[in-house]
Amino acid sequence: MLGLNQKDTKFLLIVVALTLLTPFLTQPFAESSGLAQFNAGYPDLMQRFAIYGIFAIGFNILFGLTGYLSFGHAAFLGVGSYSAVWMMKLLTTNVIPGIILAIVVSGLFALLIGYVSLRRSGIYFSILTLALAQMSFNLAYSVLTPITNGETGLQLTLNDPRILGVTATPDGSIPATHLFGLEMKSSAQWEVFGHLFTFNVGYYFCAVMAIIAFYLSLRIFRSPFGMMLRAVKTNQTRMSYTGLNARPYTLAAFVISGMYAGLAGGLLASMDPLAGAERMQWTASGEVVIMTILGGAGTLMGPVLGAGFIKYFENIFSKINDGVLHGWFAFLPDGLEDFVVFLIHPFVGKGWHLTLGLLFMLVVTFLPGGLMEGGNRISRWYKNRRNKGTDTDEGTPHAPKSTPHVAE
Amino acid sequence: MGILEVKNVGKRFGGLQALGDVNLSVAENTVHAIIGPNGAGKSTLLNVLVGKLIPDTGSVMFDGQSVLGRKPHEINQMGISRVFQTPEIFSDLTVLENVMIPCFAKRDGAYRMHAFETVEDEVDIVQKAEQMLLDVNMQDKLRMTASSLSRGDKRRLEMAMCLVQEPRLLLLDEPTAGMARADTNNTIDLLKEIKDSRDITMAIIEHDMHVVFSLAERITVLAQGTPLVEDTPENIKGHPKVQEAYLGQAHG
Repeated sequence: MLGLNQKDTKFLLIVVALTLLTPFLTQPFAESSGLAQFNAGYPDLMQRFAIYGIFAIGFNILFGLTGYLSFGHAAFLGVGSYSAVWMMKLLTTNVIPGIILAIVVSGLFALLIGYVSLRRSGIYFSILTLALAQMSFNLAYSVLTPITNGETGLQLTLNDPRILGVTATPDGSIPATHLFGLEMKSSAQWEVFGHLFTFNVGYYFCAVMAIIAFYLSLRIFRSPFGMMLRAVKTNQTRMSYTGLNARPYTLAAFVISGMYAGLAGGLLASMDPLAGAERMQWTASGEVVIMTILGGAGTLMGPVLGAGFIKYFENIFSKINDGVLHGWFAFLPDGLEDFVVFLIHPFVGKGWHLTLGLLFMLVVTFLPGGLMEGGNRISRWYKNRRNKGTDTDEGTPHAPKSTPHVAE
Repeated sequence: MGILEVKNVGKRFGGLQALGDVNLSVAENTVHAIIGPNGAGKSTLLNVLVGKLIPDTGSVMFDGQSVLGRKPHEINQMGISRVFQTPEIFSDLTVLENVMIPCFAKRDGAYRMHAFETVEDEVDIVQKAEQMLLDVNMQDKLRMTASSLSRGDKRRLEMAMCLVQEPRLLLLDEPTAGMARADTNNTIDLLKEIKDSRDITMAIIEHDMHVVFSLAERITVLAQGTPLVEDTPENIKGHPKVQEAYLGQAHG
């Protein structure tokens, strides 16, 4: 189906199901239970899962396949956001034109930056992308204020022309972003057995985009183009002595991943029409690197998992403050309670970065293939155990091991 | 007129004259060996031929066209393939993929993006690659990762990658360096088989006299960046100058 073999079709369908069921999956705890704060099924966070998933999928096409580690991908995210907001200021608050412009502009910007920085490889490439992205950030912050609105950030106002839309709604407020009339922020809620499920238009719009993005990345992974990108990562010397020019391939991968970042930026602006320069800062670029490595670079699902993992931490773990901790350990004697809270305090709330850092170190040290490798190890261990249990000796341990198909 | 004509090539690295005044003519469909002691300029000459180095003087013509100033991938597209001293393969890819990549390069040129087909859709290329691997007796290793191959198999794979492009000239840079005697003999057999079954010109740079004398039809002896003599293997063996410059040391 859709040019995929049976196995990949199944894989895609699982991804589609998981994406569409996210409002349920992220809401496992009843509203009244003490664990309700670990629920992540609110629109803002679910949108971020999908959007940063797209960002990481795109980044993985460059980093996972070609091995070129870009440290400036947030620049494309920012450019995408600015383009989308401008479209909403000038044309209409329908999100489609904004997203199209975001993809086009960030693609062109990626072509420019890629053309310059792909002249070098390895650490020099990383530094070049970092430098160019920081330049863009600083320009957006200062010199380009007429376009970016500097520190305040670019936002919709009541004075925008919006040629195809309306400048202001009848009651005098700024029109909301919508898809042909369907407002992004509108949600339906469903309460059942004490669980509250929220179905948000914005989330489902992002989810459809994420599924398309995932499907395209799957096709790229399985194509001869994807094979060439993996060849670039493995051995550039052999590549050039085989009559292949690596530059056009790496540049294409760079532009594609830039366009993915632009799409993510455009979606961010579509959900909340506001674009600030801090979105382009190097910490944002570093975040997508961490997402990809944490999940598993070069695998299809890994970056999405990594993005979800980090966004979950950022929004949920950071909410656990001392008050919550005291609530949890109230059953302990007073002195001990304070001591336990004192011990845990640095790792939660504002200190969530510390926990994330430790987890990242553990993953990189013990699971170099990221969370995906962890998952694979568990499933292999489980299969082996089951095979032993039923005594069906299907495995042929002495035959040379065939390689698993790339990035399962 | 040979397929490869090297005329008055000189190359200097700072104060060191790596190549003096090299003239070399490789005739079509022969195996031509270039030998010489360490530092004779063999590797420099090879790097000039594949476009990695640009000589200070002279010209290199392949099939009537100059190769100077062209990039390695352009020279490969002209029909020159190279085997390295340590096999250069795509070690993270499977054996089959390793051979498919040169097929793509041969068919589509230096770059063409096939982003929306699957690799399996390219039936012709898969078949061609499988046939090539059958020819070198690696048909049972198609799905193995190249990095898990033995050293000998890596060499075999690299040869397959070069041969599948049907090059007119195959350059071999010490193909048996660091190999055990048995592996060396296997490589010699493989090269003999290639020579007998295809229209191909080979230029071999080699240290091991056993390899040279079992394969070569012409031999050029380089010493201190200049060709000392060029002749048939029989004549080279008994040549006093060569004995003095090279064989004498090697066997003495």
